[in-house]
Amino acid sequence: MITLNKDHINNIKTRNFKGKIWYIVFISSAVISIVFLSILILSIINNTFGIIILGLKYNPETVSPGKPLIKNSRDELIKLLNDYSGIDDDFTPAMLKTLNNEKDLSLRTEKDLYMIFFNNVLQPEIIRTFSLLESVFNKNIIIEEYNLNKDSYPILRMEFKSWLNPGLFINTQSSHPLLSGIRTAFFGTLWMVFLTVLLAMPLGISAAIYLELYAKDNMLNRLIQVNIYNLAGVPSIIFGLLGLAVFVRMLEPVTSGQFLRFLFKSGEQTTLNGRTIISAGLTLAIMVLPIIIINTQEAIRAVPSTLIDSSYGLGATKWQTIWHHILPYSFDRILTGTILAVSRAIGETAPLVVVGASTFIVFDPVSIFSKFTVLPIQIYQWTARPQAEFRNLAASAIVVLLILLLTLNLTAIILRERTVKKRV
Amino acid sequence: MSDFKTDKYSVELKNLNIFYGNFQAVKNVNIGFKKNRITALIGPSGCGKSTVIRSINRMNELIPNTRTEGEIIFNDFNILNSDIDPVEVRKYIGMVFQKPNPFPKTIYENISWGVKINGFKGSRHKLDVIVEKSLKDAAIWDEVKDKLHHNALKLSGGQQQRLCIARAIAAEPEVLLMDEPCSALDPVATLKIEDLMMKLSEKYTIIIVTHNMGQASRVSYETGFFMVDENKTGFLVEFDKTEKIFVNPVNKKTEDYISGRFG
Repeated sequence: MITLNKDHINNIKTRNFKGKIWYIVFISSAVISIVFLSILILSIINNTFGIIILGLKYNPETVSPGKPLIKNSRDELIKLLNDYSGIDDDFTPAMLKTLNNEKDLSLRTEKDLYMIFFNNVLQPEIIRTFSLLESVFNKNIIIEEYNLNKDSYPILRMEFKSWLNPGLFINTQSSHPLLSGIRTAFFGTLWMVFLTVLLAMPLGISAAIYLELYAKDNMLNRLIQVNIYNLAGVPSIIFGLLGLAVFVRMLEPVTSGQFLRFLFKSGEQTTLNGRTIISAGLTLAIMVLPIIIINTQEAIRAVPSTLIDSSYGLGATKWQTIWHHILPYSFDRILTGTILAVSRAIGETAPLVVVGASTFIVFDPVSIFSKFTVLPIQIYQWTARPQAEFRNLAASAIVVLLILLLTLNLTAIILRERTVKKRV
Repeated sequence: MSDFKTDKYSVELKNLNIFYGNFQAVKNVNIGFKKNRITALIGPSGCGKSTVIRSINRMNELIPNTRTEGEIIFNDFNILNSDIDPVEVRKYIGMVFQKPNPFPKTIYENISWGVKINGFKGSRHKLDVIVEKSLKDAAIWDEVKDKLHHNALKLSGGQQQRLCIARAIAAEPEVLLMDEPCSALDPVATLKIEDLMMKLSEKYTIIIVTHNMGQASRVSYETGFFMVDENKTGFLVEFDKTEKIFVNPVNKKTEDYISGRFG
């Protein structure tokens, strides 16, 4: 029988009250985190879309009626260039002749011809860009700005622009925001991540297997273990300095690809120094190595000892036990850990600045010995520019980077779910 | 029972001393396990009976810093000899553990894996035969024959333990070590395992560690009683026919333990 003592009831009330306070603390923490995350995403989206006011010398629709200018064939573009040369002082026939002398127009690519037309004839100029929120809620300012500039440009356009468009992936870097894209950086990131995974994953997993399952428990191995834990916490720029000293400078003959020069046709090589994809890949691989090792060790430690016992008990060798039971059982965790480590590598900027990612580069990387740039560096470079349009570009590049990271993490989750399902 | 139940030893422990680092876990154990008999090892927790049984197939060596001294004679060999590979020993001396621990694979694979890793190179059909025979011998065939390719972890605890027994005997060992095989099971499942053990003893020498004295008295032919001394080192107090141990033990400590006065 419960005695309904008054003190006792009050005591329960106090205890429940304490729990309630903590509950409020926890829920508000969660809410605050979500709010900040939403603000971040909103501000990126806000800059990715919006109305722009564009001044043009000629209307592309009258220049190329019926189809977009860029869809024209080479011959049509050459004809257009010839037609429009001399139409005003900005683009004289003499200028076209100079261009033709530099490289025969009929030998140039469509894109090249389009750019010449775009830059010299149309001469588009972004007068002002507006964010998504301004575009939706502040129409008056936009119209005011439009009217203000109406007389200064032959053709003034007000259009809604998504900065995240296919052109972003087609165009390389350019000084003109309308022709700028992340193509080089995107491929640079893919190359670099591919190399990082290729180098760090087998090395990290193997090292972890040795340390966890083979290494004896002695002073040396304990020292190594402590060092690995410490390395995982070292700031990434330190790894960049290591990469600069070792891969870029010391191993320059290797990382610049000069030792393989006999394989390349002369002139094909784009760089003669060590600031190449392989240097970046090696640097980032070393950076994520301790993380992968620790994750893998923890995954292996989580394998139940009953499973290991039953394998040995049936007369399996150590290797059979590792290969048939320990690795399959811990595979999903190893994979998740590795993918998370690689996500960190994708977002890394500091060590790559030191290792020498190029800030302005227009060639796609073609081999591990190419010069390169990566998305975070591209984003950084764009945000540092004074023109507002480049910030819109940066926002759209951030969206691409985030999608890339989310895809990777989603892959990790799907793979994990699949292995878990297979197990039970 | 038939006449092949001789008094010949299958496994013989001679002056067995086991150390974990500097700590001596077991001292001076001398036991002969008779062929095709069930021998039970009983005693309070921490008295080293699990250590002893795990040393018979050299599973103890998996724990770092373990040292085993003395002799374990099996088929005229001292299997503690450094030139004998523990992997080889475990093929002939199978083990069933306290917690049912089937592999997270199908029922079929649970049996076939142990056969395959030991170098089986026969046809798929031969493997099917081995799987069926092992499951029948472990008295679980009727329950699982329709779901051989289902995950073994979906079976009940008792079924899982019988599967583990099937898995152990698929490798055709001579000795079966059982380390508290029923401690995680309910009484019905326990009885099934005990029946199975009696049946299996016609083919195998069985050594069982148990906390359940009823179980020891029901199934075993001989029983060894372990205790710890003041240094927490386990030692064999008494070893004799089970009836003798339970009805008329020589040692006072054995009598106290059997009658439930401590432990």
